[in-house]
Amino acid sequence: MVELTLPKNSKTTVGKTWPKPEGATNVRKFKIYRYDPDIGENPRVDTYFLDMDKCGPMVLDAIIKIKNEIDPTLTFRRSCREGICGSCAMNVDGINTLACIYGLDEIKGDVKIYPLPHMPVVKDLIPDLTHFYAQHASIMPWLETKTNRPAKEWLQSIEDRKKLDGLYECVMCACCSTSCPSYWWNGDRYLGPAALLHAYRWIIDSRDEATGERLDELQDPFKLYRCHTIMNCAKTCPKGLNPAKAIAEIKKKMVERTL
Amino acid sequence: MSYKTDKGRVIGLGSAKTGAEHWLGERIKAFALIPLTLAFFCIMAPMIGAPYEQVVATLQNPVKAIALILFFAVTFKHLEEGLQVVIEDYVHGKGAALTLIVLTKLFCWSFGLAAIFAIAKIAFSA
Repeated sequence: MVELTLPKNSKTTVGKTWPKPEGATNVRKFKIYRYDPDIGENPRVDTYFLDMDKCGPMVLDAIIKIKNEIDPTLTFRRSCREGICGSCAMNVDGINTLACIYGLDEIKGDVKIYPLPHMPVVKDLIPDLTHFYAQHASIMPWLETKTNRPAKEWLQSIEDRKKLDGLYECVMCACCSTSCPSYWWNGDRYLGPAALLHAYRWIIDSRDEATGERLDELQDPFKLYRCHTIMNCAKTCPKGLNPAKAIAEIKKKMVERTL
Repeated sequence: MSYKTDKGRVIGLGSAKTGAEHWLGERIKAFALIPLTLAFFCIMAPMIGAPYEQVVATLQNPVKAIALILFFAVTFKHLEEGLQVVIEDYVHGKGAALTLIVLTKLFCWSFGLAAIFAIAKIAFSA
């Protein structure tokens, strides 16, 4: 059922306010969501202050600085720090994005950082993406062929390869799916924009020979048709991709094969 | 507690192998309703406050009667399909969702048929 208020155990409380850095003139306030499953308390929002003259330009720089210099218990995922691994996806200033490629100068006022919305939280800024990854696995994210394997590689023309642009760049950060109201209400059955974008990436691949089976699997009121073109996915994608368009293309293919 | 695997949970009961017709049908009806709604207002507007004989004469015109019947048929079918999607989105209890969908269908078919019957009755009255 649609939830208009947070469950009791998800309501945030005011957390600890950490001391301001001494002697700093350019100070910025960070409000960060904290949740520790081991202490049995509701999540809280801690307040940190950083000397911006000694901090890198990105949101990730700031939270790494907090972890290194103020509070080592702050927990988050990060790896590549250049928007290619998709690990540091979080809700910054109300937008799902990758902390490593989101500039602090893009945010007005205090910097508010929360985990990706409407997902179970493992700890602090780390959401549980188990179901999200299983949904990706379910769309067969690999080349399926029936023709005997060629002596060398499967050939693809330059024009056919171009069809994968805007699709292959997806890094599975989950920003889009967790920004989608349909995914919030029906994420158990609706595959969500990320998995569907990947599904389309293989449907449109000229080398793939399981197009029919792929469409068969998606032909479902919940797996595919929960997309109501709300477009939050396209608006939030930190890689500038358009999952909503990919989903629309799948819907067109569904019609195309009946006409 | 369940030891069902993550992928097993995603697969669930598998694909329903339906949905495209519903989706396409809703869109076709939405487009059809643009001219039909215009026709509805063009036919109904002159009848506001008109004498009984004029209203009967208007509805006995076969083109106007058929346009109105099409308008009501498509409107209520579109309403039925649209409400079903809204219920599927927001109501998660299987029993509650099914009950609401059945009630919606009952409402749309009853009122749709009543509207069509009313127009037909006037159209066929001598």
